Amino acid sequence: MYTIKSYVFPQSLEEAYELLTKSPRNNLILGGCCWLKMGSRRIQTAIDLTRLGLDEIRAADGWVEIGANVSLRRLETDPILKRRFGGILGKSVSSIVGVQFRNCATVGGSVFSRFGFSDVTCALLALEATVVLHHAGELPLADFMALPIRCDDILVKVRIPDDGRTAAYESMRRSSTDFPLLAAAVSRRGDAWTVSVGARPAMACRSQAAERALEAGQGAAAAGDAAAAELTFGSNLRGSAAYRQELARVLVRRAAETCMEGGNGQ
Amino acid sequence: MKIKITVNGELFNKHVPNDMMLLDFLRKYGFHSVKRGCDTSNCGLCTVWVEGKPVLSCSYPAVRADGKSVTTLEGLRPQAEEFGRFLVAQGAEQCGYCSPGFIMTVLAMEQELEDPTEEEILRYLSGNLCRCSGYTGQMRAIRAWLQHRKEQKGGEQA
Repeated sequence: MYTIKSYVFPQSLEEAYELLTKSPRNNLILGGCCWLKMGSRRIQTAIDLTRLGLDEIRAADGWVEIGANVSLRRLETDPILKRRFGGILGKSVSSIVGVQFRNCATVGGSVFSRFGFSDVTCALLALEATVVLHHAGELPLADFMALPIRCDDILVKVRIPDDGRTAAYESMRRSSTDFPLLAAAVSRRGDAWTVSVGARPAMACRSQAAERALEAGQGAAAAGDAAAAELTFGSNLRGSAAYRQELARVLVRRAAETCMEGGNGQ
Repeated sequence: MKIKITVNGELFNKHVPNDMMLLDFLRKYGFHSVKRGCDTSNCGLCTVWVEGKPVLSCSYPAVRADGKSVTTLEGLRPQAEEFGRFLVAQGAEQCGYCSPGFIMTVLAMEQELEDPTEEEILRYLSGNLCRCSGYTGQMRAIRAWLQHRKEQKGGEQA
């Protein structure tokens, strides 16, 4: 269980940022707290962003924007997201624990923490999302994930190009609501494909070899083989690297096939 | 920190530790239906509603609920008793420890989903663990209760 010395609801992002950067090692932005509370962090100042209106999903000017405080559950129920990207965002989170967990856990908490097991991060990567940080500004999610993890900036929102692409998500779990053993997300816009593999168990990453195979018309099975050959996999208590490699082959193929048929939501 | 939380319609104006979870707040002020099961954000036993939405009170900071409206099983007594009778009729109440959180989620589901399929019911309730049963008794109870609720609503409209 964590401890919290002082708890603050900032009135603006600037105020939150000032508080955070006063002592980034001791002060912390709270997300949904489902994961955080199980650790033993000694938090000096807990910064709660729930009064800053960051819980909106909007579609405007060719982008879909998801505020950092949007719950994982909203990704399943929001009409804007249900109609887009083959329904991949709702599908990606639907096996995470239960509704009451997903009403707490946030998109910002999942993405910022760069959890290897994050289903939503894997899906967002396949949609070529960007992240908007309060201080550093907007950068591609893939670039953000490549940076060293530092807690001295605030994730404000995630942006997804609203480009009409369809997408599909596949994951394998030891039991239906457990962490994923492996996850695969594939998106397609015309002949352009994006393939992302998560829970390797390291952070999700793109498989360019699988994308090239799909763009060359070699088919879904070839894409699965390419992802399994290109990416690195690790072992943990849920499964071995060799098992994950085989899963990647199958899940990338299935997600690509679903995309060819129009995506999860069709 | 000083917070104001409305629980089942009653305002609580209290000073609480900054790292207190909503579960501990509710139990401290007498809402003993709220149970601590796994305490790792997984089992659903501690489910309450914040602003009408089911959340895990073991993982919801009490301070975050400042200014909000919280509902526990104690606040839904008629509905809980009605559904409870369906559970009992199917022999599905068993040890009863998971029942409060389970019933809170079932009641939330009935508000959120219209005419749910079996698959949708299972998905909605997958975050509530029961170690006594294989869930089939609960499923029979839910189906019978949803049918009963539908007939009630049909009657009201007619």
